[in-house]
Amino acid sequence: MMAKELVAIFLAAILTENYVLNKFLGICPFLGVSKKVNTAVGMSAAVTFVMVLATAVTWPIYTYILLPNGLGYLQTIVFILIIAALVQLVETVLKKYMPPLYNSLGIYLPLITTNCAVLGVTMLVLEKGAADPSFGYLQSLVNSFGAGIGFLVAMVLFAGVRERMESCDIPQSLKGLPITLVAASLVAVSFLGFNGLVEGLLG
Amino acid sequence: MNAILLAVAIVAGIGLIAGLGLAVASILMAVPKDEKAEAVLKLLPGANCGACGYSGCSGYAAALAKGEAKAGLCSPGGEAVAQEVARVLGVEAGLVEKKTAIVRCMGSYDNTSDRMEYQGIASCAAAAQLYGGAGACSYGCIGFGDCASVCEYDAIQICNGVARVNAADCRACSQCVTACPKHLISLVPAKPQAVVRCRNCDKGGEARKACAAACIGCMRCVKACEVGAVSVKQFNAVVDPQKCTACGKCAEACPQGCIDMLL
Repeated sequence: MMAKELVAIFLAAILTENYVLNKFLGICPFLGVSKKVNTAVGMSAAVTFVMVLATAVTWPIYTYILLPNGLGYLQTIVFILIIAALVQLVETVLKKYMPPLYNSLGIYLPLITTNCAVLGVTMLVLEKGAADPSFGYLQSLVNSFGAGIGFLVAMVLFAGVRERMESCDIPQSLKGLPITLVAASLVAVSFLGFNGLVEGLLG
Repeated sequence: MNAILLAVAIVAGIGLIAGLGLAVASILMAVPKDEKAEAVLKLLPGANCGACGYSGCSGYAAALAKGEAKAGLCSPGGEAVAQEVARVLGVEAGLVEKKTAIVRCMGSYDNTSDRMEYQGIASCAAAAQLYGGAGACSYGCIGFGDCASVCEYDAIQICNGVARVNAADCRACSQCVTACPKHLISLVPAKPQAVVRCRNCDKGGEARKACAAACIGCMRCVKACEVGAVSVKQFNAVVDPQKCTACGKCAEACPQGCIDMLL
């Protein structure tokens, strides 16, 4: 039962609640780093990593420190502080112990510090937890991981779209960002088609 | 009042813990910087041309500091940089062989003609996409000067439809070698020698039709050479610069006049 629930949360986070294409969070890396599949994968891996780590740290702090003291309204400030410090720490640790991983993820890590998708995930899982008491720590972590993978899916899909657009004959006035935004909106609309899929499959 | 103080205390506490944690982490996990590599990097020209075979000057500097690379690989820097680097590293400088780029084509407007009119983008890379370029010889220089535009030292000029390298200005960074879509440019030791300025691999008759200065693979240069430096492969003569004594006999023997004496 538990496993089924977690799979449902995971799939929902990727498909129906995709943070980029359904909630429109993290659009700047989505548009900025999706020019090549390689960089898109590197960036997404870093985002997934930080999302899970950030949720793992912010969830207990919110539940055991902020909430009992009636300081729930401070979550934005506190979370940004924690995420920024966490990313810095991860960068230092990677540099020391895993130089190859640092070389491939390193340039993306500072970009993630203030990424709204990361902040959004940590805050939205708490909202879910408030609405449904059975949505606990483990569920939150699975949700964050799913959100990261959803980010990866969106980035890689869109990188593929953009690589094909490179060779297209695009009208002068639409070249660059305009056509990218149009393509992004079409990809987002196509993701609406997943609505109800997870409930239908596992519900 | 209490609520505000509590909020301030908690946020400040979290900030303090995070800050202290980071400070401790940065001390505990400091990565020692390679001072030698940075000293070497300052000496290198900073052109990031990749002629040394490493990813830019910083890559070469790191390899030098680790002792994995020889000091004389930087051809833009030449002898002077090699000496400086060797002094910093405390090793013998390898001998820097000065090299120069040469364009292996004589297809000027006098020798060859176009087989079609090309009106596309004025770049060799673009023209080469369209049936291999507009010239009658599909091996020859296209003449839009992709090589000249990548040359940072202004050593390449397009004269009468063919690129020419000025050996005095050439620093052998090999940017032009990679820029030429016809692979006509290569680096050779900058010493007096014979070079075959043609890469046409077609049979003699076809090559002659395409260009008046084409190598037709007649083997006369091979017979004329006393040291065995010239060989013909696929109807195209090649001179081995290591063996060539620059006697000039092959150039005299060449009926097409496509062998040139360098320097």
